[in-house]
Amino acid sequence: MSSELLNLLWSSFFETLVMVGVAGAAGALLGIPLGISLHITSANGILPRPFFNRIAGLLVNAVRSTPFIILLVAVIPLTRLIAGTSIGTAAAVVPLSIASCPFVARLVETALREVAPGLVEAAQAMGATRLQIVRKVLLPEALSGIVAGLTVTFVSLVGYSAMAGAIGGGGLGDLGIRYGYQRFLPEVMLVVVLVLIAFVQIVQSLGDYFVARISHRNQSSPTSA
Amino acid sequence: MNARAPFAAASSHTPQNSEELPGEARQGIPMVELENISVSFRSPDGKLVQAVRDVSLQIASGEIFGIIGRSGAGKSTLVRTLNLLARPEKGHVSINGQNLLSLGENELRHARREIGMVFQHFNLLSSRTVFENVAFPLELAGHDKAYIAREVGQLLDLVGLHEQAWRYPHQLSGGQKQRVGIARALASKPKVLLSDEATSALDPETTRNILDLLRRINRELGLTIVLITHEMQVVKQICDRIAVMDSGRIVESGKVIDVFRAPQTAITRTMIGEVIAHELPSSVLTRIQRRRLARGNTAGPECLLRLSFAGDDVDRPLLSEAVKRYGLDFNILHGQIDEIQGQAFASLTLLAHAGEEALQGAKEFLRNHDVSIEELNHVV
Ligand SMILES: Nc1ncnc2c1ncn2[C@@H]1O[C@H](COP(=O)(O)OP(=O)(O)OP(=O)(O)O)[C@@H](O)[C@H]1O
Ligand SMILES: [Mg+2]
Repeated sequence: MSSELLNLLWSSFFETLVMVGVAGAAGALLGIPLGISLHITSANGILPRPFFNRIAGLLVNAVRSTPFIILLVAVIPLTRLIAGTSIGTAAAVVPLSIASCPFVARLVETALREVAPGLVEAAQAMGATRLQIVRKVLLPEALSGIVAGLTVTFVSLVGYSAMAGAIGGGGLGDLGIRYGYQRFLPEVMLVVVLVLIAFVQIVQSLGDYFVARISHRNQSSPTSA
Repeated sequence: MNARAPFAAASSHTPQNSEELPGEARQGIPMVELENISVSFRSPDGKLVQAVRDVSLQIASGEIFGIIGRSGAGKSTLVRTLNLLARPEKGHVSINGQNLLSLGENELRHARREIGMVFQHFNLLSSRTVFENVAFPLELAGHDKAYIAREVGQLLDLVGLHEQAWRYPHQLSGGQKQRVGIARALASKPKVLLSDEATSALDPETTRNILDLLRRINRELGLTIVLITHEMQVVKQICDRIAVMDSGRIVESGKVIDVFRAPQTAITRTMIGEVIAHELPSSVLTRIQRRRLARGNTAGPECLLRLSFAGDDVDRPLLSEAVKRYGLDFNILHGQIDEIQGQAFASLTLLAHAGEEALQGAKEFLRNHDVSIEELNHVV
């Protein structure tokens, strides 16, 4: 492979890293609070707000069921507003963040739902405030589930970012399509796929490592509550 | 804190179930007072489930009060009204003279610190060590680190878990987990401890240890304990008084020994049956039945009786005296001696052969000597 291609591979990898990293971080930043509010405002939550819960749930579902390639185009006006441009890597970050936010929210909500209701009840019986219940019971107890959810999000974002080529976002996926498919250089395609596999593998292993570090449940005793 | 001798009440007893409160509590305000409490839930299919119906209850300071009943009787719901985890739609809840239903959210949180709670499944935070779990309520209350370290150290000593301070709950046995649960419940120095089936997930040996711990806490700290259980063993070992619940109501209550001696309702009798097995071998029953049918279905000269003796009566030759005086003939079908709250408690099932007059005389003689008698002819 030529050094020109190697350079291209490197810069594409970097673009993917930026898109996935920034969009994942932004998704987490907005998605975690959204996931928490979805959980606590549900009927059995500590702050039941059926109306809010319904609306937020509908919005989350709407974004999640929109195919990413359509979302990419549909949010162009917003992208232009935030990134100042509608093409390039920075512009691709906006729709990727918008897609990852409800994704994270649902995964966080699921992780919180796994927290035994008895723990919340015990905290209530001890006179905990709602904020204390969220900060000291729900989040710490669901942390490993949340980290696992974020890992899934990052991995999915790698896949979504391949579509960012449609708006000139660059990245590995785009490189693979342009060189491997359109210019018919199968070895470039192969290298791109191998790099993506390695990348996803590393993200997943890191995620698993943190989950194992955090989780104090069921490590040595299979019967523990 | 309160330093009443907790078992003063159990030393004298009357044959009937008595609703009197023990010791000094008779004058003072009760620690726990429920008045006409009703709680209902809407089940998923829209039906209204009346979990607690018009329950009134008084529990004296320093008492260990047991609540028993079948699954679904409403025990958990009733106990959860004591810290308003379940809000009754009707009635009054007062703890240590404070009317909980009149409190705002903030005041209720403070009031809840006076009421500790332990759970069947422990409900420990898996992400926190033993130390941090016990520290949790103190953290919630905003105490500083030094105070927390000191208090938690003492609590772990009290429950015998000093060595385990830096372990996580999943590394502990069930009994150890419940000790953490108890230490945590005591951290905010409550006046009342609620226990919902705290020993139900534990083996008999561990159950005994946990109950000993609860009793020690009750004595040393003067803590009032309200405990739910379906194990008669638990009631026998530590309760001063019990209430029996059925379909949301308290159907019977009184001092443990009285309820055991003369259960008033079928549900209580079934529950006590675990401890005092008054179920007779079926072969014996069949033979009695056959003889009775041969006589034209009358009890005739045969009478099935269950006698319960308690306390000093156990040592006295009352039965042989009755036999001598009234010429009673009998055979013992079943017998058991047990201990409830440090008092001996014996139960004998007899098949008596005697004329009507002799039988009545013997029964009266025994009743006059505080033996309670239950006729079991209906079981044949
Ligand atoms: N949150 C709830 N929603 C709907 N129904 C409930 C709820 N909690 C309790 N119930 C119903 O109320 C009744 C009493 O329940 P409760 O848990 O108080 O019984 P219990 O005596 O503690 O039973 P167990 O011994 O099985 O714990 C049951 O019929 C139960 O189905
Ligand atoms: Mg229950």
